[in-house]
Amino acid sequence: MNKIVVGLIFGVVLGALDGATAWFYPETRPVIGGILIGSSFKGMLVGILSGWFARKVHSTGWGIAVGSALGLLFAFLVAFMDAKSGKPHYLEIMLPGFVVGAIVGFLTQRMGSPAVAKSGAQ
Amino acid sequence: MEVSDSVLEHLCQVTALPDLTGTRYELEAEIGRGGMGVVYAARDRELDRRVALKVLEVPLSGEAQLISRLEHPGIVPIFESGTLADGRSFYAMKLVGGARLDQYAAGEHTLSESLRVIRRVGEALAFAHSRGVIHRDLKPQNIMIGEFGEVYVMDWGVEAVAGTAGFRAPEATLDKLSDIYSLGALLKFLLSSPAAPALAAVGQKAMNSDPRARYTSLTALLADIDRFEQGQAVEAWSEPVWHRVKRFAVRNAVLLWLLVAYTFVKFLLFFWRKS
Repeated sequence: MNKIVVGLIFGVVLGALDGATAWFYPETRPVIGGILIGSSFKGMLVGILSGWFARKVHSTGWGIAVGSALGLLFAFLVAFMDAKSGKPHYLEIMLPGFVVGAIVGFLTQRMGSPAVAKSGAQ
Repeated sequence: MEVSDSVLEHLCQVTALPDLTGTRYELEAEIGRGGMGVVYAARDRELDRRVALKVLEVPLSGEAQLISRLEHPGIVPIFESGTLADGRSFYAMKLVGGARLDQYAAGEHTLSESLRVIRRVGEALAFAHSRGVIHRDLKPQNIMIGEFGEVYVMDWGVEAVAGTAGFRAPEATLDKLSDIYSLGALLKFLLSSPAAPALAAVGQKAMNSDPRARYTSLTALLADIDRFEQGQAVEAWSEPVWHRVKRFAVRNAVLLWLLVAYTFVKFLLFFWRKS
């Protein structure tokens, strides 16, 4: 399984789990379905990009850093769109998104098969 | 005429020196002595290089031919064998600079370096076993650590040697499993005290007095050492649950800390929101 697929799978799963924690806030329960879908999609994007990065750069530190940055970026976009519809929840969305991105970045570095070097022979 | 002890001793030494007439070698100095013969440093006049000359006290029984079949980075290559003018057998081999393993072990070394040496010895042994050759006398004095860290196994397959106490397997007939025992003894020799329980278990399994209870091959022993170095469970040791948890935590420390961080953030936000 290559690193992009690993990132995709873990991104979707962890994103869904992160979205599911919104259930602990009763006011979000009516829209929990949308939150789950959005969070999973956000996780998928972070996972795919982290996986792609992991194929290029083999460094756990950089993997975590890039995953965190991607998680923070996409979480910001989600929080920004959410803020337009009412009360902003930047901290509740971005902070967990940042950590989930770090986890996905770490997992893509540690798991999955690296890119196969292309032969230079013609 | 009376001859003093020192003159007598000198005469004995001189007469014991090998007669290299007719060979391409010039004697330099004695560098070692074993049960089967003496090893000298010598110069190969034709190739202008230093070699080690092993002069045997017993006829060449196939030791040189045995080793010449073993082309491996961990086995000292044989250049030539023959008979000296004085009738003694000899073979010329690569002169290895560095230190014997017993001398090397007296210095400071990390566990990783010690395991690297064991791995190199094991690889050379495994290769020899694949060619039907058994060492029979593996001990620190037969391992050389070269100047650049290269590891050589020396003094191969001499049947007349009964092995060395502490490193020789207890069974009467020596075979591949006896070499595994000896490698386990080398591992124990190199490990500092107290050794990690998993590594001690690897050594104990290799040194089991019942050959059937040892590792079945050197590959299996080396694989267990690799597993230990990678933080995985070794086959030689049924580790307790707490040790398994500890090993998991050490191997996955970063992931666990990230999960702790996520949980902490979630709790923090939850209670902050509530307040």
